[in-house]
Amino acid sequence: MIEEIAARFPYWMCAALIAVGLFGMIQKRSLVKKLIGMNILQSAIILFFVAGGLREGATLPILLEQGAGNADAADYVNPLPHVLMLTAIVVNVAITGVALAFLVRIHREFGSLDEESLIEQVRQ
Amino acid sequence: MVIPVVTRTRSGVAFSLALGGSALSTAASAWALAEVLANGSIRYDLGGWAPPVGIQYVVDEVSAFVALVVTSVATLVIAGTRRWAEREAGARAGPFYALVMLLLAGLGGMVVTADLFNLFVFLEISSLAAYTLVFLGGRAGMLAGFRYLVLGSIGGAFYLLGVGFLYFSTGTLNMEETATILAASPSSRSVQAGAVFIFVGLGLKMALVPLHLWLPDAYTHAPSSVNSLLAPIMTKVGAYAMVRMFLSVFPDGYLKDEALVADGLLVLGLVGIVFGSVAAIRQSDIRRMLAYSSIGQLGLIAVGIGLATPLGLVAALLHVMNHAVMKGTLFLAAASVRLSTGLSSVNGLTGLGRAMPLTMACFTLGALSMVGIPPMAGFFSKWWAAQAGVESGQWVVVAVVLGSSLLTAVYVFIVLERVYLRPALPAEGHEASEETGVPVDETGDAPDASDEGVPAHVRGASESPVDVVLPLAVLALATVVLGVANSFIVTHVLEPGVR
Amino acid sequence: MTTDSLLPIAAVLIPAGGAVLVALTTERRRNLRDAWSTIAAVALLAVMLLLLSDALDGQAARTTLLEISPGIDIALRADAAGMVFGLLASALWVVSGIYAVGYMRGEREQKQTRFFAAFALSISATVGVALAENLLTFILFYELLSLFTYPLVAHRETDEAIVAGRKYLAYTLSGGLLLIGAAAWLHVLGIDATFQPGGFLDGTTLDGAAQWGLFALLAGGVGVKAAVMPLHSWLPSAMVAPTPVSALLHAVAVVKAGVFGMVRVVAFAFGPALLLDMGAWTVLAGLSAATVLIASMLALRHDNLKRRLAYSTISHLSYIVLGAALLGPIALTGALLHMVGHGVTKITLFFAAGAIHVRTHKENVSQLDGIGRQMPITMGAFALASLSMAGIPPFVLFTSKVYLGWGAAEVGQQLFLLLYVASGVLSAAYLFPIVVRAFARSSTDHARYGEADMRMVVPIALTGIFALVWGIAPDLPLGFFELAESVAGDVFPAPVAAAGDTP
Repeated sequence: MIEEIAARFPYWMCAALIAVGLFGMIQKRSLVKKLIGMNILQSAIILFFVAGGLREGATLPILLEQGAGNADAADYVNPLPHVLMLTAIVVNVAITGVALAFLVRIHREFGSLDEESLIEQVRQ
Repeated sequence: MVIPVVTRTRSGVAFSLALGGSALSTAASAWALAEVLANGSIRYDLGGWAPPVGIQYVVDEVSAFVALVVTSVATLVIAGTRRWAEREAGARAGPFYALVMLLLAGLGGMVVTADLFNLFVFLEISSLAAYTLVFLGGRAGMLAGFRYLVLGSIGGAFYLLGVGFLYFSTGTLNMEETATILAASPSSRSVQAGAVFIFVGLGLKMALVPLHLWLPDAYTHAPSSVNSLLAPIMTKVGAYAMVRMFLSVFPDGYLKDEALVADGLLVLGLVGIVFGSVAAIRQSDIRRMLAYSSIGQLGLIAVGIGLATPLGLVAALLHVMNHAVMKGTLFLAAASVRLSTGLSSVNGLTGLGRAMPLTMACFTLGALSMVGIPPMAGFFSKWWAAQAGVESGQWVVVAVVLGSSLLTAVYVFIVLERVYLRPALPAEGHEASEETGVPVDETGDAPDASDEGVPAHVRGASESPVDVVLPLAVLALATVVLGVANSFIVTHVLEPGVR
Repeated sequence: MTTDSLLPIAAVLIPAGGAVLVALTTERRRNLRDAWSTIAAVALLAVMLLLLSDALDGQAARTTLLEISPGIDIALRADAAGMVFGLLASALWVVSGIYAVGYMRGEREQKQTRFFAAFALSISATVGVALAENLLTFILFYELLSLFTYPLVAHRETDEAIVAGRKYLAYTLSGGLLLIGAAAWLHVLGIDATFQPGGFLDGTTLDGAAQWGLFALLAGGVGVKAAVMPLHSWLPSAMVAPTPVSALLHAVAVVKAGVFGMVRVVAFAFGPALLLDMGAWTVLAGLSAATVLIASMLALRHDNLKRRLAYSTISHLSYIVLGAALLGPIALTGALLHMVGHGVTKITLFFAAGAIHVRTHKENVSQLDGIGRQMPITMGAFALASLSMAGIPPFVLFTSKVYLGWGAAEVGQQLFLLLYVASGVLSAAYLFPIVVRAFARSSTDHARYGEADMRMVVPIALTGIFALVWGIAPDLPLGFFELAESVAGDVFPAPVAAAGDTP
């Protein structure tokens, strides 16, 4: 299946998105922007899986005719990564949800979401 | 066969349910370990689907061992921090313990799963619970919790990316099949990339230097009932996942020869030992000191894994257990001190050897074990790691591992000197109380001249109640018992597990 | 030849049990508490005497406890060499235990319960070191000894004491780490590190680097406690401890644990044949010879009595190391005898220093003018011990020095014979002036002091007398000479290869 990675474009795309996400998470002062960076990073990885499951000229992995037991697996898109990504999306949504809840609490407590001002306040 | 560790209830609405749940899972892990030792690995196909289609759970010696360590330490810590949980969670004890159970379920799942993607899911479940628990720790804990979340999700994302690379190279997510396919096919770039991404992701979770940045704040500012729980077990399971990669996923020697992961672990582990220990010396907050000490101790585990020999893995796994027990002891003792005095600074411990003899005796045992005084558990971690280093001809490893004892002794004895030798200082450390609301000075602010300058916090301090001290004492004694029993554990559990 | 017996483990557990009893008895019932440690001391001595007859018959009693690491047991064996050290420590514990009671009460020291508990635990560890059958057991007790003596060094809780405690731990723990490294190495090599007369490494095929590496680790590890220069500087600092600690632990138990370890390393780990082959004995002999001379010279310069005695200890410890390094049966006998003789002699000197301090709070040599007239028994014993230290016949250190010198000559190293003579002169030079001051000069301080408490005077007199008795009859009553000879006989089965014979 390694040949499937021949279609290079999606991977460079993913790499770029990962870089953007990491940059946001590390560089931005606003906690919201950090969270957005995190989401970009996670989406990039989901895209990576989705793209990896694709193959040229293949169709949906659904057996349309009854009894077509000899269907050639190469004719179908690999469904497993896509299924996995459903789970991964759920996980990501959960993390994002918790993170947003955190942000709400932090904002209520500190009145700000700027990292440096928060650090400043905690120090006092 | 059912794997009881993960089928435990998550609905712990109260302390007793939580304690019962974790005690039950401890018993289940112990039973699983006995079963594995007698009959070999236990396999369980989730939902009845056989691999490679379905997800399989496998309990072998190593996973049963780690599960037992995690669940038993967790049980003791939950029992020992009840008063803290009451104070910190208050009316929300139900959700609080639900989170704790979620954490344990996630960790248990990580330990038993034999599926790479499933591991990711459990990893995120436990991490999510951990982020939230840290977040509960007041204002500073909020920030620490969010930062932990951000960094932790980077770790999870990298791990998932690595799994993606592996999957597209092998077409399977089952660990054993991955190993078989990788062994049969020539090494490729994408497998190497996958290994490196997995390494980075798990390295973040196990707080490998320089990916440790989340740890000191998270451990310091988390509620006392939480940091005693997280410190012993959270990073250990990350380390276990790393061991699992070496044992079951990648073929023998692959990570050493092809992907440089082993060497990376080795070098970062060595750096971590030195960095963590030196940083610990400079801390004035006892929890922060212990947190940095954890980084150093995890370095030792990383070194053991990085040597990538059976002996090295034995050393790493033994230290997983020993460190869980020792750090559990130390954090619980610190929590006990804080319960009684409201203080968590190193200075605040001054003179407590008299006021809280049992807590401090346990602290001393744990601390000496960390230094590596035989016949305590910590000594044998070093003993096996040194052997592994000698066997691989890595003399630097031997020197650093043994030398770290001295560094550990430095920060441990800074504390012990204060506890036992220094006369109590004039009161100066009252600040730490406002964060917890513990009444520090019940006698009011008028200094009592008759008490010869004994600070109020020591005068007022008394031994913690028995439900705090008892679990603490069990853990402290375990540092001795496990040390003496190490030969049995190694020959019967770990050596069969890593072969 | 060994017989299984519970006596060796009893010997370790009795002091430990004594420590527990001491710790459980409150300060208020201090007479009971101090009785416990005396009872434990007497019981320990009784057990050691029971073990003695077996050891003399070549039937070392042995206890195997548990497998601590695959293939390695925690095991105790009361062989002749171990008995020399074990007997010495337990016999002197009886006297110094009584002395310590007098001293601690006389000085009104704080936290005496902790002191006596740690004291008993240290003895427990010392006996463990003496009777350890293999390297790992030895390390176990060696490390515990460092740990248990730490609270004694830092006992006064002053800044100076705490700093000294840190230094002490830093040195002794480092020494332990070297040993652990060596033990791990040996274990990986598959060598059974059970101490054997003639050496467990004798006959193994190791390359030169491994031999020298192991030698550096093992000798360095025990050399720290033996205070061989340049690893000695913890010992003078440790003198801030209360005097009974300096007397029993830092003149007998701890430092002798190092020296005894050196004997184990030389004669029971490497074995004379291998060390001769490697040439490693020259390193050891060179270092220890230098230590003998330099430490004696330094002792001359110190006015503080305890520090002077500390440097004297460093010097005399290296006598023993040198004796072991000479790799001859007679030198080894002399080394073991010197271990015993120096123990009883130096403890007398420290006892006297402590008694003087309790009565007068003086700790410098220059303040001791005329003290001999006020404390005649104490200073009389001090004088006896000084004579012994200088190696004047018929004192015990004369006997041992004769053996050491004779041993040096036997292996063709007359240079070291000269060294022993010269350092005897130096010993006299740093001790005799004290005696002269004490008796010949008149006191500048006219206060009347008088003798110290009986609990201190009797032990002083007793050890002073034994410094003489053992010189005349070293076998009375504990059989040290016979033990030492039997060790030498085991290590050097005739015919003997001597160091000087090799080109």
